[in-house]
Amino acid sequence: MSAKLSALFSDSYIDVSQYRDQHFKGNRVDQEKLLKQSCTLYVGNLSFYTTEEQVYELFSKSGDVKRIVIGLDKVKKTACGFCFVEYPFLHCFLSGAVRYYTRVDAENAMRFINGTRLDDRIIRTDWDAGFKEGRQYGRGKSGGQVSRRPLVPQSGSFDRSLVRILLLPQVRDEYRQDYDPARGGYGKLTQLQRTSDGPRTF
Amino acid sequence: MSRRRHSDENDGAQPHKRRRTSEPMEIEDRLESLICRVGEKSTSSLESNLEGLAGVLEADLPNYKTKILRILCSVARMLPEKLTVYTTLVGLLNARNYNFGGEFVEAMIRQLKETLKSNLYTEALYLVRFLCDLVNCHVIAAPSMVAMFENFVSVTQEEDVPQVRCDWYVYTVLSSLPWVGKELYEKKDVEMDRLLGQIEVYLKGRQKTHVPMLQVWTAEKPHPQEEYLDCLWAQVQKLKKDRWQERHILRPYIAFDSVLCEALQHNLPPFTPPAHSHDAIYPMPRVVFRMFDYTDAPEGPVMPGSHSVERYVIEENLNCIIKSHWRERKTCAAQLLSYPGKSKIPLNYHIVEVIFGQLFQLPSPPHIDVMYTTLLIELCKLQPGSLPQVLAQATEMMYMRLDTMNTTCIDRFINWFSHHLSNFQFRWSWDDWADCLTVDLDKPKPKFVREVLEKSMRLSYHQRIVDIVPPSFSVLIPAEPIFQYKYGDESSSSLLAYPVTITVGNAIKNRASNEEILTVLRDVPNPNQEEDDDEGEGFNPLKIEVFLQTLLHLAAKSFSHSFSALAKFHEVLKTLSDSDEGKLDVLRVVYDVWRNHPQMISVLVDKMIRTQIVDCSAVANWIFSSNMAHDFTRFYVWEILHSTIRKMNKHVQKIQRELEEAKEKLEKQHHKKRDSGDEEDMEKLSGDEEGQLEEQIERLQEKVESAQSEQKNLFLVIFQRFIMLLTEHLVRCETSGMEFNTSWYKNCIERLQQIFLMHHVTIQQYMGTLENLLFTAELDHHILTVYQQFCALQL
Repeated sequence: MSAKLSALFSDSYIDVSQYRDQHFKGNRVDQEKLLKQSCTLYVGNLSFYTTEEQVYELFSKSGDVKRIVIGLDKVKKTACGFCFVEYPFLHCFLSGAVRYYTRVDAENAMRFINGTRLDDRIIRTDWDAGFKEGRQYGRGKSGGQVSRRPLVPQSGSFDRSLVRILLLPQVRDEYRQDYDPARGGYGKLTQLQRTSDGPRTF
Repeated sequence: MSRRRHSDENDGAQPHKRRRTSEPMEIEDRLESLICRVGEKSTSSLESNLEGLAGVLEADLPNYKTKILRILCSVARMLPEKLTVYTTLVGLLNARNYNFGGEFVEAMIRQLKETLKSNLYTEALYLVRFLCDLVNCHVIAAPSMVAMFENFVSVTQEEDVPQVRCDWYVYTVLSSLPWVGKELYEKKDVEMDRLLGQIEVYLKGRQKTHVPMLQVWTAEKPHPQEEYLDCLWAQVQKLKKDRWQERHILRPYIAFDSVLCEALQHNLPPFTPPAHSHDAIYPMPRVVFRMFDYTDAPEGPVMPGSHSVERYVIEENLNCIIKSHWRERKTCAAQLLSYPGKSKIPLNYHIVEVIFGQLFQLPSPPHIDVMYTTLLIELCKLQPGSLPQVLAQATEMMYMRLDTMNTTCIDRFINWFSHHLSNFQFRWSWDDWADCLTVDLDKPKPKFVREVLEKSMRLSYHQRIVDIVPPSFSVLIPAEPIFQYKYGDESSSSLLAYPVTITVGNAIKNRASNEEILTVLRDVPNPNQEEDDDEGEGFNPLKIEVFLQTLLHLAAKSFSHSFSALAKFHEVLKTLSDSDEGKLDVLRVVYDVWRNHPQMISVLVDKMIRTQIVDCSAVANWIFSSNMAHDFTRFYVWEILHSTIRKMNKHVQKIQRELEEAKEKLEKQHHKKRDSGDEEDMEKLSGDEEGQLEEQIERLQEKVESAQSEQKNLFLVIFQRFIMLLTEHLVRCETSGMEFNTSWYKNCIERLQQIFLMHHVTIQQYMGTLENLLFTAELDHHILTVYQQFCALQL
């Protein structure tokens, strides 16, 4: 009886982005299909100190969260190309994945949590084809072990044992207080100073 | 046809690819686009755009009439905020092509019937309003519109129908009058007076039991929370007194008066409201949310009064904009801020009021809570010089009125405020709220601040909270979220079970299996056990404590660690929690160790329900147990309870869906058999399948029944406990002559209300049982009133 008026009622916040995971095992069509059904979101630009608890709290606002995985993401390209090994953590950033029980909840996260702040940083979410154990984001130890650490990417010449130690909350805490200018600094101070948008009264 | 592109980096919207289409499709899409976009910002005037568009459409009528009809019907239904733009367009088309006008009216009537049948009452209302404005555009003859109204109002004479049914028809008539009252009165004043008289009689005789349950504030000052029909009636009365002079609505058709009054009008066909049926779901009654008046906007245009029709129209239009664009926060914010006629009103105040009105709406907001937070942030970005101040003013006002605010609304206020602050470095003038330190900590204001700080901590960390509040507020700062291990320090070495905790701890660290753990736990001394009873398998609460305390202690580092722990030792936990007492004990231990980290308690309880270590009723009983009395008024406890109820509901729905799907599959099988020519072959193949399906359906049927029984039991437990607690309190106060309306009582009775409000759809199914078993006439009338108010919501 009536037209859908798609020209007007767009829902672009839940659209699939241009980014495609180059490690995805399958063709583009398959990947797109998975993305359109996915209940999992990739979350990027997290602060190095963002905790699982904070991610849970924020993302629970759009629905029940099934699982959260946080880990170090691949080394970012610097101006001179890939530079790592020496100070790997300098060129890392924290990213994660949030998986919901239902698609609707994930869509609401794309509409209302993507592009807002967590731990004072504007975070980005994007559809993820779903993390499986043993995917390129690194093998976590199989579930059930009390001493399991967050997943770590399997990339280049990281000293993974070093990275694992860094991810221990108590070491991250120490690191936080130990402000090292030579390392470009991830201290609280820098974080607080970094935020420049937003009005003054709030 | 490309969708809108969002250029700002900070946003999450994605650019959309351009579709490649064939010619006719392209023209149809172009038509849709032209029609949808008319009235938006343009270099030409609205009038010349409408004139131009009318010309284009007239030319396209021979080939695309159906499509154009469909598009126009859709915009009438879905873009009520642009009502008068489109009625003008239809008016112009009707002036050029009388037949088209007639066909459009017919299509609208068909659509109206459809929406009413499908319980789409809001859209039906927009359609009626559209038809009314067509009277202003000389498309529809006024007397036929009055006749339709007469049929609507006659619904109030029907017997044995829900009040909400009559309400809708009366509301539809009244809400159209700002647009068309003047014209109808000019043509048919006698009939209209009679109509209004009938409406007045109806309104006077209406039940209003439901009102207190829907009010955001219980106090009458400074702004009464009026019942929506009462408020609209007052607004219409005032409009009538002003001789139907309405100056706010944008009326493009006035510019075309000379053309339009030459047009021939159509008569609406006689319209009988569809009869009431049992599956009709009428809109629930509402209360009008007001928080501002003309004294609040210090400078600039004056805010229209609460009983002015302008106020109604503005609120309607802003609500419609949100309804259209809630999915895209940038668009929504932009549309709100470009409201036509904004220079004559304090727009920011209206917007903030409408948004909070939706957020605090009872039983529930029209959209997900987090949408409003994000929308307000977008608005602050677009109007950084003015909107944040209005928002701060609103926050201050709501803080001042916490004493009479409904608990459910306070919950939402807490969530909104803490989330909002987390986007603005938690900057707030806390010192302005120093008055909250001068009263008991269980009073609404300090309680609110404590809960806000707790939620804020969840989005940041403990030290941050310490840093952002003045030192005087330290008493309101939440505890550091640290694990409390009973067997952790030296003093605990004298505890009975201390040695076993060491053994268990080592076993876990050495990756013992579930069986091995259970063996170790046999050594836990049983405080309940008799000396000569060497069975050792009787219920032993100490086993649970020893194991779970130790396990959770080792896994305390993060949520992931704790979830892994629960998963790895699922077998042990299931064994230990096998009885009702076992489940309660598990929950008690979780609380004991994590009482300073409510968020952890929530996620652990959630996980344990999902892995069936505890069940929903156990959680309900635990919340109402004396152990939890200390935390009974804390927000997190109720979040856990409502989350538990929701899980139960989703579980039932899931199995019901599975049953439906299986039934559909079976029916398809039957159809296939019937339709296929080769009966023998089909029978061979599907005989087995059918048998399997039928078995599956039987199993699912049982599953559904058992799940529904569990669900009903859950509500019974919850309501029973409420009744016990409240009755105890009321009796105690009565016998000792104390005032019963304490902070605790207000919280408790409103939490009872909240159960009804948040789960009203599910609870409707069990009304009979509730009334027979629990909410009987013997109940204290304070408690019974809550139940009666709830029943009044759908009467």
